[in-house]
Amino acid sequence: MNRYPLWKNVAVLIAAVLGLLYTLPNFFGEAPAVQVASVKSTHKVDAKLMAQVQDALGAAAVVPQGIVLDLNSIRVRLADTDTQIKAKDVIEKTLNPVAADASYSVALNLVTNSPNWLTGIHALPMYLGLDLRGGVHFLLQVDMNGALTKRLDSISADLRSLLRDKNIRHGGISRESQSVAIRFREAETREAARLALMDNQPDLLLREAQDGPDLKLVATLKPEAQKRIQEFAVKQNITTLHNRINELGVAEPVIQQQGMDRIVVQLPGVQDTAKAKDILGRTATLEVRMVDDEASASSGIMEQAARGQPPAGTEYYVERGGRGLLVKKQVVLTGERLTDAQPGFDNQTHEPAVHLSLDSAGARIFKDVTRESVGKRMAILLIEKGKGEVVTAPVIRSEIGGGRVQISGRMSTTEAADVALLLRAGSLAAPMEIIEERTIGPSLGADNIAKGFNSTLWGFSAIATFMMAYYLLFGIVSVLALSANMLFLVALLSLLQATLTLPGIAAIALALGMAIDSNVLINERVREELRGGSTPQAAITAGYERAWATILDSNVTTLIVGIALLIFGSGPVRGFAVVHCLGILTSIFSSVVVSRAMVNLIYGRRRKLEALSIGQVWKPGLGTK
Amino acid sequence: MEFFRIRKDIPFMRHALVFNVISLVTFLLAVFLLAGKGLHFSIEFTGGTLLEVSYAQAPDLDKLRKQMEADGFTDTQVQNFGSSRDVLIRVPLSKDAETSKVGDRVMASLVKVADGSAGAVLAPTLKRVEFVGPQVGKELASDGALALLLVVCGIVLYLAMRFEWRFAVSAIIANLHDVVIILGFFALFQWEFSLPVLAAVLAVLGYSVNESVVVFDRVRETFKKKRGLTTPQVLDHAITSTISRTIITHGCTQMMVTSMLIFGGPALHYFALALTIGILFGIYSSVLVASPLVMWMGVSREQFVQVKVEKQEAVV
Repeated sequence: MNRYPLWKNVAVLIAAVLGLLYTLPNFFGEAPAVQVASVKSTHKVDAKLMAQVQDALGAAAVVPQGIVLDLNSIRVRLADTDTQIKAKDVIEKTLNPVAADASYSVALNLVTNSPNWLTGIHALPMYLGLDLRGGVHFLLQVDMNGALTKRLDSISADLRSLLRDKNIRHGGISRESQSVAIRFREAETREAARLALMDNQPDLLLREAQDGPDLKLVATLKPEAQKRIQEFAVKQNITTLHNRINELGVAEPVIQQQGMDRIVVQLPGVQDTAKAKDILGRTATLEVRMVDDEASASSGIMEQAARGQPPAGTEYYVERGGRGLLVKKQVVLTGERLTDAQPGFDNQTHEPAVHLSLDSAGARIFKDVTRESVGKRMAILLIEKGKGEVVTAPVIRSEIGGGRVQISGRMSTTEAADVALLLRAGSLAAPMEIIEERTIGPSLGADNIAKGFNSTLWGFSAIATFMMAYYLLFGIVSVLALSANMLFLVALLSLLQATLTLPGIAAIALALGMAIDSNVLINERVREELRGGSTPQAAITAGYERAWATILDSNVTTLIVGIALLIFGSGPVRGFAVVHCLGILTSIFSSVVVSRAMVNLIYGRRRKLEALSIGQVWKPGLGTK
Repeated sequence: MEFFRIRKDIPFMRHALVFNVISLVTFLLAVFLLAGKGLHFSIEFTGGTLLEVSYAQAPDLDKLRKQMEADGFTDTQVQNFGSSRDVLIRVPLSKDAETSKVGDRVMASLVKVADGSAGAVLAPTLKRVEFVGPQVGKELASDGALALLLVVCGIVLYLAMRFEWRFAVSAIIANLHDVVIILGFFALFQWEFSLPVLAAVLAVLGYSVNESVVVFDRVRETFKKKRGLTTPQVLDHAITSTISRTIITHGCTQMMVTSMLIFGGPALHYFALALTIGILFGIYSSVLVASPLVMWMGVSREQFVQVKVEKQEAVV
């Protein structure tokens, strides 16, 4: 008998309900919204800020339809685009009183209109790619050799001071493309240097060589160190890009590493490529300067300074926490001397701290300065667009040598991480180059959606009409199974939040066109069994069972293609491959399990089944009927 | 309704040689075209800048061309795209200029033309810009080749495991021949070969292997079930009994692809075109090329009866 056990029916039912549930948000459309995000990592987006936004909107008599606070942004949903623009102005004025020194980005965005309970179970609409929503796409290449040579340059400076400290005489240190060569006169000094280097520079691979009368020690970076430096350079640049792009006020920027040395930047909704490029290309610099403690202690001078008249040779800055301080104009160190900044903990007090590493020249300067100014404060500033911001201004407790600097005191772990990030962002970005750029206008995006949708709709209708005419009831079952396939596919795409592009929509259409194959196979097989003289019930069983092996084989081969495209494809091909693979998986389930469940429900319980509604079954022996 | 009322097995294998000669000729023709004319690669592969602009009124393309030449763009292509009001401009990579700024310069040049004649009515609006640097194209080509290699190896391995190495080899030969023929069409008509087309070509590869699998499945079944048939008879029977499914399935897929061809607009045009050719030749090659190949390679009943025994042990 063709009956499914209860659990199978329940499983199909649950899958259908889940499919419906997660497809649902795509039908609600989107509402205009204003999105607030922090531009400076010293300003947090939290409940306090949300209250502030609410108050501001209340005061301006703008009624929001909802305010949502998520991980790093606040979204205010509004009734229409007019109130959206009004709300944006109000929020902008409240949060950024000085337009030139914005702490928050306030951007226009769209949020889904689906009810909160749907959003609560992570049922979101499909994530549209740039070709469907419009925007700018950049692919940037990080100059890895640049990062390595820069590192080797700073290493050769380190080596010079190391050998001097150890009193090892050498005949010159020079960087030769991707290696550093140290010359010696005697083998003993070379051996001594080799031992010293092995202890102090674990990243270096040392090789002895001879160049005429000179003995040489050639140091190259170990492959793992190279890899680390390169990974670091890319991460660093991503951090820098994040900071830059926040200024653009883009609602949902995508900044991702692609491959070893590439960074993808996608800015939905942005049309002004020139400005975007300008901002991407800019870098921030780090400066270490001394604080003028005497002047900063005097309230009279500070009041004057706050009004824009600081004493000569100093500049007025506001520290985190709101206190002002005067910083000397003379620069002690710049970010070029900083090789790394990592969050961590103080060894003794276990307070959160930031650990800085300086190169050897930087270390020497730092040592001298700190020796002379114990008890004074030094300020670490981040200079962007010619404007400085005091990241931190710690008190120097003792002379600091060795190039390892620790900033600690009154910091939370997140603050320490933020500061480390900011410091890294301000320094050591390897040069980058735009190697791919794509701008898609918003009207073209909407156009693409319509075209993709129409192709799918008409193709589906044509297939459905044919299947129902040719296979009658079994055709209807096939069409329903195909609809279920579409439902599962859209639900999966929504659930995974995979980026849907135009090739992705084409893949949906193609998946449907190919998925019908399984149903045709089954239906033809059932007809064939009937032709061979089987009873209807036996024909259903045999038809599904025999077709299964074929369906599996043919889908596996198609899946191999999908996976190959997924591995090697980039850009549009990848978008196609993701949908293609998912489509194959959903089609196996829907065309075999779902359609069988339906057929079982229709025919499974009838004991005396005379015929199946599967269209005319022609038998050779009986002639045409 | 029943389209296929076939009384006896159609003797496909009697004409096997003819089919193979036809295939060989088309294949060689395609290879010849590919070698002679080459593919018209999109800027995704070659590198360069592409702009799509739209005008309120149909612009005079010659004027645009002249202005662009005057502004120092050589070798540019200016053509209509979709409608007479939409213009597509391709600028190849040049060594001297700052490549990533070409888009802005082209726009400036187009605006000049608009100022000269009817003024604001003729001002272009930018719909799309694409810039691809020289590094990307090479990688795409090698990635494409690697993807193809992986697909071929994957399919051969799977089919060799599930069926027999003879099936695997002939299926892949038949379907690679499809791929070459699609590429041959693209070379002959100089259609633009872009990334989506590459995806379509590989999808076709999977899709028509699919087709061969269905036939082979039936060949295996027939070998096991019916004794006393010669190999050509078995193949004829397998093809005949799956022919209705083959045509209906391909018809359905083609309906979807045709719909893409009609409603998908220029962005999906070549994608759908590649699929269309692939589907048409897929039917032919997977049935009428792969099967004779299997026959030439000497498939026989014994190979499957043994397989069957091993399989039962494995299952239990």
